Amino acid sequence: MMGLIGKKIGMTQLFGESGEAIPVTIIKAGPCSIVQKKTEDKDGYKAVQLGFEDKKENGVNKPRRGHFAKVGVTPKRMLKEFRADDIDVYEAGKEIKVDIFKEKDLVNITGVSKGKGFSGVMKRWGFAGGPASHGTHKWHRRPGSIGSSAYPSRVFKGKKMAGRVGAEQVTCRNLRVIKVDLDQSLLLVKGAVPGCNGGYLIIVKS
Amino acid sequence: MDIKQYVEKECLKEKLPHVQVGDTVKVEIVVVEGERKRNQIFEGVVIRKRGQGISKTFTLRRVSYGEGIERTFPFHSPSLGKIVVIGQGKIRRSKLYYLRERSGKAARLAKKKNNNKGQREREA
Repeated sequence: MMGLIGKKIGMTQLFGESGEAIPVTIIKAGPCSIVQKKTEDKDGYKAVQLGFEDKKENGVNKPRRGHFAKVGVTPKRMLKEFRADDIDVYEAGKEIKVDIFKEKDLVNITGVSKGKGFSGVMKRWGFAGGPASHGTHKWHRRPGSIGSSAYPSRVFKGKKMAGRVGAEQVTCRNLRVIKVDLDQSLLLVKGAVPGCNGGYLIIVKS
Repeated sequence: MDIKQYVEKECLKEKLPHVQVGDTVKVEIVVVEGERKRNQIFEGVVIRKRGQGISKTFTLRRVSYGEGIERTFPFHSPSLGKIVVIGQGKIRRSKLYYLRERSGKAARLAKKKNNNKGQREREA
């Protein structure tokens, strides 16, 4: 299951064949260099390590620099392993480009969602909150009761309460590939993907 | 070039129809029914223009059988056919939402004066 590392550029819209507007996310996907191959004998599993986006040489520590120099690629900002059974097809130092996907493919895209900070129960868990009017006093977005009284005399573990929301790994499954642009290494998928513009994404076939 | 502009470039029209708020226009809409293509005509007053680039749109309002109907068209939509401006109205604001509250004779716009184009039909 080979994939790519990419970067979210932003969203726009295109027009389809019958004139309908299609919302698309533009992703700069690859080219990714194969930095390392994990083999059954040596590592106990088969995988390919890909690197995405160049980084300045002096921003990389010596052991990392050696890791890249071994296969003769420039230091990369982002490294990610992809499990692959057909590991022999891939050669360390070579590049994987966006043409592993084609139009109408379905892909899964993983990213880190936008952080929402410390949020209340309405946003975090979809609680209904209180009435907006009819004499309501300071009871618009509150969680209500959080449990019983003398028994159990405590709040149960896992009770849904306010707290940090977002900035976690999210996967969007089965997104349709609308277009692949090999020259610019662009991947256009229908709909939204997790994270902010400029955020890193992992794209695999569904 | 900006990557977003590069992607949108293919879907952008070179020449946009010259439609102004207050105009009464006749729009041909290309409707695809299976294999066949058919032209539908929608006539109405332009009550707003909004957005920019590929998402720029205009909204037409008309009253048919006592029921107000509004349709929004993207300027760059390939299903937009010929657009004919029938008349130009005298307007003092860019969004004519106040027409929604009016009906009958009150919902008319005064004709634009001193403009020969406004008197004749012209293609947008």
